[in-house]
Amino acid sequence: MTDIRALLNERILIIDGAMGTMIQRHKLEEADYRGERFKDWHKDVKGNNDLLSITQPDIIIGIHKQYLEAGADIIETNTFSSTTIAQADYDMQSIAYELNVASAKCARIAADEFTTKDPSKPRFVAGAIGPLNKTLSLSPDVNNPGFRAVTFDEVAEAYTEQIKGLVEGGVDLLLIETIFDTLNAKAAIYAAKNFFRESGIKELPIMISGTITDASGRTLSGQTLEAFYVSLMHANPLSIGLNCALGAKEMRPHIEELSAMASCYTSAYPNAGLPNAFGEYDEQPHETAHIIEEWAKEGFLNIVGGCCGTTPDHIRHIAEEVKSYKPRKLPVVVTA
Amino acid sequence: MENTTYIQPYLRLSGLEPLVIRPETNFVNVGERTNVTGSKKFARLIREGQYEEALSVARQQVESGAQVLDVNMDDALLDGVEAMKIFLNLLQAEPDIAKIPVMIDSSKFEIIEAGLKCVQGKCIVNSISMKEGEEKFIEQAFICKSYGAAVIVMAFDEVGQADTKARKVEICHRAYKILTEKVGFAPQDIIFDPNIFAIATGIEEHNNYAVDFIEATREIKRLMPLAKVSGGVSNVSFSFRGNDHVREAIHSVFLFHAIKAGMDMGIVNAGQLVIYDDIEPTLKALCEDVILNKNNDENGATEKLIAFAETVKAKGKEIVKDETWRKEAVEKRMSHALIHGITEYIDADTEEARQKYPTPLSVIEGPLMDGMNIVGDLFGAGKMFLPQVVKSARVMKKAVAVLTPFIEQEKLDRLNNPTNDGQEENNQKGPAKILLATVKGDVHDIGKNIVGVVLGCNGYDIIDLGVMVSSDKILTEAQKHNVDIIGLSGLITPSLDEMVHIGREMKRLNMNVPLLIGGATTSRMHTAVKIAPEYEHGVIHVLDASRSVTVAGSLLNKEQKNIFLTDIQTEYKKLQEDFGNRKTAKQLLPFAEAQKNAALINWEDYKATAPTFTGTKILDNYSLKKIAQYIDWQPFFIAWELHGKFPQILSDSVVGSEATKLFNDAQKLLQQIIEEKWLTAKGVIGFWEAEKTAPDSVLVKTKEKNISLEFLRQQMKKAAGQPNNSLADFISPNSNDYIGAFSVTIQGIESHIKRFEENLDDYNKIILQALADRLAEAFAEVLHEKTRKEYWGYVKEEHLSNEELIKENYQGIRPAPGYPACPDHTEKYKLFDLLGGETATGIHLTESLAMYPASSVCGWYFAHPESKYFGVGKIEKDQLQDYAQRKDMNIEDATKWLRPILE
Repeated sequence: MTDIRALLNERILIIDGAMGTMIQRHKLEEADYRGERFKDWHKDVKGNNDLLSITQPDIIIGIHKQYLEAGADIIETNTFSSTTIAQADYDMQSIAYELNVASAKCARIAADEFTTKDPSKPRFVAGAIGPLNKTLSLSPDVNNPGFRAVTFDEVAEAYTEQIKGLVEGGVDLLLIETIFDTLNAKAAIYAAKNFFRESGIKELPIMISGTITDASGRTLSGQTLEAFYVSLMHANPLSIGLNCALGAKEMRPHIEELSAMASCYTSAYPNAGLPNAFGEYDEQPHETAHIIEEWAKEGFLNIVGGCCGTTPDHIRHIAEEVKSYKPRKLPVVVTA
Repeated sequence: MENTTYIQPYLRLSGLEPLVIRPETNFVNVGERTNVTGSKKFARLIREGQYEEALSVARQQVESGAQVLDVNMDDALLDGVEAMKIFLNLLQAEPDIAKIPVMIDSSKFEIIEAGLKCVQGKCIVNSISMKEGEEKFIEQAFICKSYGAAVIVMAFDEVGQADTKARKVEICHRAYKILTEKVGFAPQDIIFDPNIFAIATGIEEHNNYAVDFIEATREIKRLMPLAKVSGGVSNVSFSFRGNDHVREAIHSVFLFHAIKAGMDMGIVNAGQLVIYDDIEPTLKALCEDVILNKNNDENGATEKLIAFAETVKAKGKEIVKDETWRKEAVEKRMSHALIHGITEYIDADTEEARQKYPTPLSVIEGPLMDGMNIVGDLFGAGKMFLPQVVKSARVMKKAVAVLTPFIEQEKLDRLNNPTNDGQEENNQKGPAKILLATVKGDVHDIGKNIVGVVLGCNGYDIIDLGVMVSSDKILTEAQKHNVDIIGLSGLITPSLDEMVHIGREMKRLNMNVPLLIGGATTSRMHTAVKIAPEYEHGVIHVLDASRSVTVAGSLLNKEQKNIFLTDIQTEYKKLQEDFGNRKTAKQLLPFAEAQKNAALINWEDYKATAPTFTGTKILDNYSLKKIAQYIDWQPFFIAWELHGKFPQILSDSVVGSEATKLFNDAQKLLQQIIEEKWLTAKGVIGFWEAEKTAPDSVLVKTKEKNISLEFLRQQMKKAAGQPNNSLADFISPNSNDYIGAFSVTIQGIESHIKRFEENLDDYNKIILQALADRLAEAFAEVLHEKTRKEYWGYVKEEHLSNEELIKENYQGIRPAPGYPACPDHTEKYKLFDLLGGETATGIHLTESLAMYPASSVCGWYFAHPESKYFGVGKIEKDQLQDYAQRKDMNIEDATKWLRPILE
């Protein structure tokens, strides 16, 4: 396997776009989600996109291939919600581990096919670790600010299971993403570090991607971008970056700031603009790509791609626009 | 683009915000008060589970400049893990505290780990050490690293705690190698605590402890330049506990030397460190000797410092009071007194300045105005609050009072000796003059007084005509004094018309000074739509006292004035247009339809409780002590432009300390008012049979006569199931119901106001006025409760706290004529008539139907459980006509009184 670091020094790598947007296009119904295996499941499962890696693997592999076709170097596994905590919504916590293995395999099949076709452009699978629907720094009860719906140990345990599934399914990287509560991300890092130390498996590179939720430039849990970065530096990540919540236009100042302070590689995969009144993303592929091109020109980034609302077309345009630019040069970390 | 970026190996910490410790960063203060072992108060709060208040300790540390917050829950009586979790979780919800990084402090590692699981930012662990061997040390360090924390390593090994320089350096160096080589710690994330021990204990072996620490620090920083050095500073002075003055001096001197040697951070009581240069020289010299262990053979230096400490102790608290500012030049002293509101020395200082300056006037124009300008700037910048400014004003007035006789004397001298030079008089264009008045018919003047004080503080000459001032008098006085600005104030709605009238009069008299409008009933909209069109030389609505300063400033600045007025005019034009457009959008029901949609109350099954008496009952000289328990304090703070909920405002991060001072001063005055019987509370209540005789009419039957009360009904379009309310709907049509009324007043304020005015004490004057208002409201609350439970007795069982009373969680209501549920002030005539006229309580109704004394409240009592407060809102012409007819009023009069709810 090619070392991704060598490639990152050479050129800007492309990460894929939205999985959900692409799944929507298939207009799947409850029965499609259930497949044969879960046809008698006691709860509705429509909307549990991660489940499709088990019940409709061809659709998921197909989407991965479309992104690879469009030029993605890194594809994300379909595991945004594949933890016991998030799957509890569907009462499917018991299959969380299995979901991760299945999703990792779907991505692996697609990536390996493309790498074999063109070994000069190796493709990587990033195991996507989502933020959870329960959060460690915020109380869900306004009248009881000290209350927490979940504990650090519970979160770390859920992530450990997810990481185990992803690693055993064959991912190349771990991507802790859409972080709106830094403490959840710290639990994921804690889980990852302990998993690798205890299993004796060689540690996979960790990519970290946070989410700035509004114009104040802070995470939902209230941290400034620099505080966010400082809180997670101990992961010694491959890359740090931002995704989701904002369109490329709104994300720019934060990307510039991050680029100036990060000692590791940097990444950004924004939404296709801000959602319109119907919750749909209108930004056209060339528009998103145009903004990202400017970032590349400024040398802010090493990894770019798309989040909510982006499609293979967006990724194709982005890949096209940034290919002539050099990647951000890694800063020199002074040690004395 | 090809420039290489360098990332420096700085210690980076974070809360909600980052804290990067660079080589040029000054000493980092770690707040120590959130530590149950170090603060008795904090320990008690945690033990009693008073976490809210415990958070305020943390907040106080942040406000005093702590950059990291040390949290320690090591107490035998506490479940440390739980306490740490609860406190840190709560802390995360306080952005003004959570912005700084947390230092999780415990000798029990399970408490540390529990803490690490609660904090999203990069923490410091305080501490780990090798006292239980290398293996344990490595394990704990790995755990800290997996949470991304920096660590404090205590100079402690298997043998014990290091006390000499050599041992300290040796242990720290060994720990450093293990952490960087075996655990993979970044050197900058390692902080050493080489143990600060108590000195001057009388035991000679302890005398060199401070030197050992300082010298070890120097060596550690030389050997391991990226690592940091920290320590618990208050240990060093432990033998002087109970003597904060000496302790603070020792801390300051110790830090001075330790920081020079390379100490980066320390656990200190943020906000309680004296500045090294401010320590009195004798004490400083003694501290130097003790800390550096000089001249200390046979404890010589130690004993000298102990002896000195005794003298400080003997003097008691006095020494703590900071009087160093008294040593400054007279100008500095005067501005210090003005900024801090200290009247103690101002007479003498003013006299000294008078002798120093050429003329008494130049003292005002020089040092006094300079000081007041600083006060004005601080107030403008939100660094001082209204109560402080009012205290400053008192100092200013006292100083001016000292100078006035000399200024008068000078004028006389000039008159008697005209040859001297007549020119000077012309050159002396005094400060700008601003005339203030509460308009005719209105008696409320707290707000106007505050505006007067604030503007006075900003150097304007204030002519205050008081309350109930006729238009004629306002304008005559304005012309006589050649004022630069006129400011009008009013609290009740009829005052709005009076202000429009004054605007018209100013135009008729061809005046050209700007007109300011303020007071609770006024609004930007009313000013723009109703007053501004009447007078073209500037009509400006001023929201509160702090705004008045900038408005006056803009109006009196030749360059700014026109721009400012043009801007205002444009803004008001826009408001006028909006208002015009809005009118058509309003949807009001025909009055007949609104009447049909009355509240449906099942009267057939209702059995009204008969009051214990009918007729009236006078309550004279009611216990103020009892009334005071019912005070709602929030409006008191609002009167002082301190906005926030009571009692939370007392611990508010911005205004808390001023609010607390104000509250304490008010409590003190309130005690005095009660004990010395300054004021008397007088009230009257009455109950009568009543019957709803028409959709909006209630007939009240007394022994002598029948009076028909007329009410107004909501005409706005309501959602399905929502009635168009009228108070009349809360009285039964079946002639078996009752209505009540009350009026209360607080009398006797005048002589005390006068005395405060003579003492130039606006601060206490305004507190007194605001308290009298609060007492009147509280008295109304007391009587309402007694009415519910006793006099009328329709609710026998009711147990409400003061808070619940303020939230109006009771059955039945007490709406006042002139206020939203019954907006016609003229019904007050009937209310007073029923209650026995003005003689019953001595409340006088002005022509605008304001009550004098200003601290008075009146209202109707409705008992039905479904009766509730509401606002009538706007009404249509059809209701106006019906209402005028019912009241036998001509339509013009009715229009005048109901104008605020028309159109």
